[in-house]
Amino acid sequence: MKVIIAFIILWPLVGFLFNGLGRNFWSKKVVAYKATGFILASFIFSILAFMNVQEQGAITVHYFDFINTGSFKIPFDFKVDALSSLFLLVITGVGTLIHLYSTAYMHEEEGPHYARYFAYLNLFIFSMLLLVLGDNFVIMFIGWEGVGLCSYLLIGYWFSNAAFNYAAKKAFIMNRIGDLGFLLAIFWLIVKLGTVSYSEVFTAESLAKLSSGDITAITLLLFVGAMGKSAQIPLFTWLPDAMAGPTPVSALIHAATMVTAGIYMITRANLLFSASELTQHVIAIVGISTALLSATIALKQNDIKKVLAYSTVSQLGYMFLGLGVGAYSGAVFHVITHAFFKALLFLGAGSVIHAMHHEQDIRKMGGLKAKLPITHITFLIACIAIAGVPPFSGFFSKDEILAAAFAKNPIYWALGVIGAAMTAFYMFRLYATTFLGQFRGSHEQEHHLHESPIAMTLPLILLAIASAIAGALGIPALMGGNHWLSHQLIPIIGEAHEEHLSHETEWILMGVSVTIAVIALLIAVNRYKKQTDQEPTTALGKFFYNKWYIDELYNNAIVEPLNKFAGFLKEIVEKKVIDGAVNGTGKLVQYSARQIRLIQSGQVGYYILFMVLALVLMFVLWFNDLAILRFLYQMTHK
Amino acid sequence: MFLLSFLIIPIVAALALLFIQHEKRAQDIAIVASVASLTAAVNIILNNVPSVDFAWIPVLNSRFVLQVDGLAKILILLTAISFPAIFIATNKNQVAQKNIFLSLMLFTQAGLMGVFLAGDALLFYFFWELALIPVYFLCSIWGGEKRIAVTFKFFIYTFLGSLLMLIGIIFVYMHTKEHNFLLSSFKTASFNPAQQVLAFALFFIAFAIKMPIFPLHTWQPDAYDQSPTAVTMVLSAVMVKMGLYGVLRWLMPLFPNAFSAHTNFVMVISIIGILYASFLAIRQDNIKKLIAYSSIAHIGLMSAAIFANNTIGTQGVLVQLFSHGINVIGLWIIADIIEQQAGTKLLSEMGGLAKKQPTLAILLVAFSFANIALPLTNAFVGEFLMFNSLFQVNPWMAATAGVSVVLAAIYTLNMVQKVAYGDVSTAIQKMSTNKPAQAVLIILIIIVFVTGVYPQPLFDLTKDTLLQLFVK
Repeated sequence: MKVIIAFIILWPLVGFLFNGLGRNFWSKKVVAYKATGFILASFIFSILAFMNVQEQGAITVHYFDFINTGSFKIPFDFKVDALSSLFLLVITGVGTLIHLYSTAYMHEEEGPHYARYFAYLNLFIFSMLLLVLGDNFVIMFIGWEGVGLCSYLLIGYWFSNAAFNYAAKKAFIMNRIGDLGFLLAIFWLIVKLGTVSYSEVFTAESLAKLSSGDITAITLLLFVGAMGKSAQIPLFTWLPDAMAGPTPVSALIHAATMVTAGIYMITRANLLFSASELTQHVIAIVGISTALLSATIALKQNDIKKVLAYSTVSQLGYMFLGLGVGAYSGAVFHVITHAFFKALLFLGAGSVIHAMHHEQDIRKMGGLKAKLPITHITFLIACIAIAGVPPFSGFFSKDEILAAAFAKNPIYWALGVIGAAMTAFYMFRLYATTFLGQFRGSHEQEHHLHESPIAMTLPLILLAIASAIAGALGIPALMGGNHWLSHQLIPIIGEAHEEHLSHETEWILMGVSVTIAVIALLIAVNRYKKQTDQEPTTALGKFFYNKWYIDELYNNAIVEPLNKFAGFLKEIVEKKVIDGAVNGTGKLVQYSARQIRLIQSGQVGYYILFMVLALVLMFVLWFNDLAILRFLYQMTHK
Repeated sequence: MFLLSFLIIPIVAALALLFIQHEKRAQDIAIVASVASLTAAVNIILNNVPSVDFAWIPVLNSRFVLQVDGLAKILILLTAISFPAIFIATNKNQVAQKNIFLSLMLFTQAGLMGVFLAGDALLFYFFWELALIPVYFLCSIWGGEKRIAVTFKFFIYTFLGSLLMLIGIIFVYMHTKEHNFLLSSFKTASFNPAQQVLAFALFFIAFAIKMPIFPLHTWQPDAYDQSPTAVTMVLSAVMVKMGLYGVLRWLMPLFPNAFSAHTNFVMVISIIGILYASFLAIRQDNIKKLIAYSSIAHIGLMSAAIFANNTIGTQGVLVQLFSHGINVIGLWIIADIIEQQAGTKLLSEMGGLAKKQPTLAILLVAFSFANIALPLTNAFVGEFLMFNSLFQVNPWMAATAGVSVVLAAIYTLNMVQKVAYGDVSTAIQKMSTNKPAQAVLIILIIIVFVTGVYPQPLFDLTKDTLLQLFVK
């Protein structure tokens, strides 16, 4: 097993080295086959690992000690259990499809850049696997920063474009703010417990060693990390900008996998999180606020990828709402279904952009249904799934979160349903504007409209199937299912304990949310199948269209003042105050020397002599034992 | 007597170089001598070698004692790697009277090795100056336009520190029972508390200027900027380590009470320095000054961690002494290639390196991420342990210092963006591949990743120093 687990993660690394170092040597075909093949191999090994967990339970393997200073040790250990094996399957499975898709999507790139793209993508899978496989917080952190690096490299993949570089930089820096929180949480654990290994931290004894203040602080700091990586308020503005990267990257990193790392982390540490009421409230409130805020923005965007980006932020908000109300299995469930349908949406969007020759404005699309039949039907399935219409996957996972939210606090549920209605509305606005009605692009674009090649449509079809049926993983008892997923996760999160609701209440809640969502989506389809949104005229419309002016706010309230402060330090403090004092002292010495001894300036030796004499004098004055003089006497009389 | 080779090899080569005006031959001699030192360094790491001990200045009871432990070994290794790397990477640079230049460089190397090896305080002082004096000449003869003023400041500043240290050495000498300069005698010298504080202060200021600790740092960015880059590399990769080494070798063991009494004070100014330097780095348009301020920030963290006075922080520093040197040389080599070929140090005149010189751009990105301590690069291990040590002392200190993690990302990625991305600028357009320099960079980046993934050999190497410092 040790070897199998090692290979899961080594395949992508081999792929990275192969394509990265050989970027000038291999043909594009070789690059494409190898890059995809290595991830496929990793997927196959993940299946083996998954089956092994099913049969024999969780296993931990030790490779070497990453840090061992005697008193303090961080082993390089991997853990494959129910939670990580599920994530392995999602990452490598969706990863394989997106690699396959990329082979066609990126075909216009020149050889070395094509190889560079796949090298980054392989490195991303490697880092992501490290993140979920690690058996302690430090290994998780290594993967955590590693995926941040790959995200940076891939957002800025087209590096000639300055705007893309800014977006890449912004993503990395905002993530680093979160990472600092994560790091401090790790230090807190080390100081209090002397260990960061899951098997030693998540025990009753360890929990007993931590005061409630410790637990709240640690979990809040971890959550700061999660906010950065999973784009929650206030650290979410990088994700929409991250759409600068190639579309398959948005699908893999900024929808299906990396951004769900925060959910993975909190589920992994659920024992700690459940022990802090305050943290749970904070998470739930941040989650639902993010879900609503970004949903309002998504209502008004006209860039196909921007709508999906805000939708991702919003869906991540739902997952955090789930975590905050203790519905860990619901959150993980939503991670999985979201990985399918959101990856599908992005890949579908990629197929559209590909067909439209890099056009991303949905107002210039329309009527693509006929020309892109596979893209159309798969995109529609994904829209139904995300809107929460039964029996598609999104319905089950979202419903589980909403039910748990209701049990905790009906207001959460009500807000969640409003968000769900907005989700249905903006998704079908997107769908209708893009695929229904008349084509609004140029003649040239119309002439070139074509369905994408098989390498792109095959992933769409497979993901569409998954989006449609993945709900089967967690059919609730209510519907006669036995919720396979939550049984799976019992070793990690314990028995489900949010069963306060009667079946009757659950049916009603479900009925209400589905009805509202369906109404919203019908309104959207009706309205947008013929017309598109104009520039917003109402104040509220402008407010949403301009993303609540949050980027402007950050820029004026944080970035600019800090920049000015740095300028002040450079021009005033460094040059005038500190260096001024230094030079002033120098000049004083020079001046005195000239005055007293009438010595020409620039004779370093004299300054030194003066300094020594002065200092010697100080000694003599301070130490009445005249030790120095005695010493000098001895020296001269030996 | 093997330890003498660290002095003999560079000094003999340096003397020989004074008489060899043939440029190519001079370069070869310098490279061969520095590689020979590297071989010797590898030898002392793999094998135990006996100390050297003979009478030096009998009238003062000073002895010529050379000895090694983990701390010395790791810095000798760094020095021994740095010089061949620098010589090979800057081999193509046009330098007037190159043989003299190289000779002075090798004298510096001998001085540095002596500093790390000396087990006698007077000998330590001797080497301390031996390492500095050639650098003054190197800067003032081969430096940039403002070299005279800059070198003068550098000289006065550090010489002042040296003299205070000399006074400190004499002061401690007077309080030793045996009346000699041996490190072992110095450790048993007896002081009253006030005397200990005074002696502590004398040594501390010398080391603080050398590191440098805020606000004693203003000599450094100018000196780094105006020195020939080969010298800057020596200054920032190895020479600043003299200050940190001094603290670990002399300050901490000699004056334990005064040391403990001042930990908070030094930690606070160090942390202010980290943030201060990071902010200044954000606003630099000159790549050499940006790297200089970045280096001040990194050194600030190391000094804060030493003064955290716990095993985990000191362990982090011991590893980081080495890692910081490797990373900063990498960055300097890249900055130097650009300065030599593109003729500019200004970020605003750069851009498009990734198009023009992809391999060099990739190396820049790799070293930049090592500079901001991305996990699995060498710097992560050290920084992780050091921040952890601050946290042990005071969580707020760790959190405040931790802001530099974000600031470092800002200035480093700014640099990467301006140098590597965008369209090819007219300056960058002039560049061509410098193969030897790239080969050096590749070797260095391999060290970055190997010690980043598997740092254990560095821990094992320095274990004995840690025991000496913390197990009494």
